[in-house]
Amino acid sequence: MATEAQDLVAPLPPNTRGLDFTQALQTRSVAPATASAATSGPVVRTERLSIYYGNFCAVREVTLDVPLCQVTAIIGPSGCGKSTLLRAMNRMNDFIDGVRVSGRLLFNGQEVYGSVFDPVELRRRVGMVFQKPNPFPKSIFKNVAWGPAVNGYRGNLAELVEESLRKAALWEEVKDKLNKSALALSGGQQQRLCIARAIAMQPEVLLMDEPCSALDPIATARIEDLIDRLKTQYTVALVTHNMQQAARLSDRTAFMLMGELVEVDATSHLFTTPRDQRTQDYITGRFG
Amino acid sequence: MNSTASATSSLRVAAGGTANLARALRRTREALIHVFLLACALVSIATTLAIVFVLIDQSIPFFREISPWAFLTGTRWTPLLEPRSYGVLPLLAGTVLVAGGALLVAVPIGVSTALYLSEYAPGWLRQIGKPFLEILAGVPTVVYGYFALSFITPEILRRCWPQTEVFNGASAAIVVGIMIVPTISSLCDDAFRAVPRSLREAGYAVSGTKLEVSTRIVLPGAMSGVMAAVLLALARAIGETMAVVLAAGMTPKLTLNPLESIQTLTAYIVQVSLGDTPADTIEYHTIFGVGLTLFAITLAVNLVAQRVLKRFHEVYE
Ligand SMILES: Nc1ncnc2c1ncn2[C@@H]1O[C@H](COP(=O)(O)OP(=O)(O)O)[C@@H](O)[C@H]1O
Ligand SMILES: [Mg+2]
Repeated sequence: MATEAQDLVAPLPPNTRGLDFTQALQTRSVAPATASAATSGPVVRTERLSIYYGNFCAVREVTLDVPLCQVTAIIGPSGCGKSTLLRAMNRMNDFIDGVRVSGRLLFNGQEVYGSVFDPVELRRRVGMVFQKPNPFPKSIFKNVAWGPAVNGYRGNLAELVEESLRKAALWEEVKDKLNKSALALSGGQQQRLCIARAIAMQPEVLLMDEPCSALDPIATARIEDLIDRLKTQYTVALVTHNMQQAARLSDRTAFMLMGELVEVDATSHLFTTPRDQRTQDYITGRFG
Repeated sequence: MNSTASATSSLRVAAGGTANLARALRRTREALIHVFLLACALVSIATTLAIVFVLIDQSIPFFREISPWAFLTGTRWTPLLEPRSYGVLPLLAGTVLVAGGALLVAVPIGVSTALYLSEYAPGWLRQIGKPFLEILAGVPTVVYGYFALSFITPEILRRCWPQTEVFNGASAAIVVGIMIVPTISSLCDDAFRAVPRSLREAGYAVSGTKLEVSTRIVLPGAMSGVMAAVLLALARAIGETMAVVLAAGMTPKLTLNPLESIQTLTAYIVQVSLGDTPADTIEYHTIFGVGLTLFAITLAVNLVAQRVLKRFHEVYE
């Protein structure tokens, strides 16, 4: 649907402000998948979703699809509602007093809000990685095993922990100190541990809220690498304020501004030929 | 514009004398208030030091007659009756029984209350919950003692165990337990709220339920804060006097049976203070020996609590 519309719109003048996304786009490991998702329907879909903090409308009538096995990036200036939107997708906003939601959120076509869908069950299938690494003040092993354990995991926990740590590219670094406190790890390791913790639940979707913003460039590169590999197995929604990161990692990019979804398109299109002037302004660094 | 500015400045010059005087007065007042506040602070410090001094000074005559070893290990406490015996263990046992029993009552209730307030209660309830508990802490302790004597013992304990004595350790432990619930719940509530929200979110994000997050993340995460709360409440339970005098009785007895009449360290001090024991006798000086013991115990508990609390604050910066 987006591709047809985009042909009709004359492309805006090319970037001139020194921010060049072509290189970032070229370093991508997989060509953006555009057709595959259309057949199976999105895993997560918001329909005219609005989210209020009291009377303040932080997200306004956003309709967005998060397609299967793709990375959907959500970009936009700070305070535009990216986190709020993301946190709606696993109902994490439920814990904030005074949050109201209107519109629809569909998970695999099933209504999430205002239905019998159990939020705890939703969070088993929709994992989340937070902006600041937030390991439990427990051992590395327990950090990964905690979620499956409380959810009555029947298999071999030790194997699950190892597999999850391997997928999170952390196993080699921590295999000899699984019983040491997770708080002794570096920031980047902690964040990979948090990713392992999310993966251990074998979720269908991974929500990531600026997972690299608290990390140094080397740790950031490792996490990006990891996300790039995870997307073959997981559906990822990635909030980032780093446009290079969105260009490198995502298949589709959504641009938000002041609570509204301005534009969503294949990443290669959004960064080269945005349809909306505001998107153009943002990616060329004119504000934000 | 210009003329008004110069007019005001000349006014200021004219008023300069009085302004200086006012400023000097203000400075003197500040200094006086400073001295006054300092004096107030010193009074409380001096009082504490004086108490410690009197305690030690007055217990020296006692420990000159009774060896501290005999005092601490003796199993009979009959300083007012023949044959006299000065073993403090029965009083210590009474205190331990009441304070320990009080913790058994208060820790589960206090910690659950705090967990409810910080994790479950809606905002408005949280707002009024704590002040309400603190009102509970303000009820005079003699009322609790009377409540134990006239309700808990006859209506509850004696219904279940008819052999229960009129004065008994159990009723004292129960009311002291109720008394220290606010201390525990209020401090635990603080400790739970100091656990970062991000940890709760991490728990919920891996499909934890509220109960799982509360008991397996928040509670362990606040454990040293909880320990400190329990210790501070313990210090209060050990020092509690009026309720214990009324409920537990005045019979120093080395027993673990909570249904018998016993006596605590504090209750003994009350007994002697109210009686007509002449000063400067060994009987009179016993209360300083007992008081010093009590002081040492509560001081130790408080110090440990402060240490634990400090460590808790270090965990989350
Ligand atoms: N708990 C909250 N209470 C009230 N307002 C909030 C809360 N969280 C976020 N907001 C507001 O909602 C808007 C969107 O916030 P957020 O989703 O965190 O933005 P982003 O992640 O894009 O930086 C901001 O204006 C922010 O101030
Ligand atoms: Mg954010």
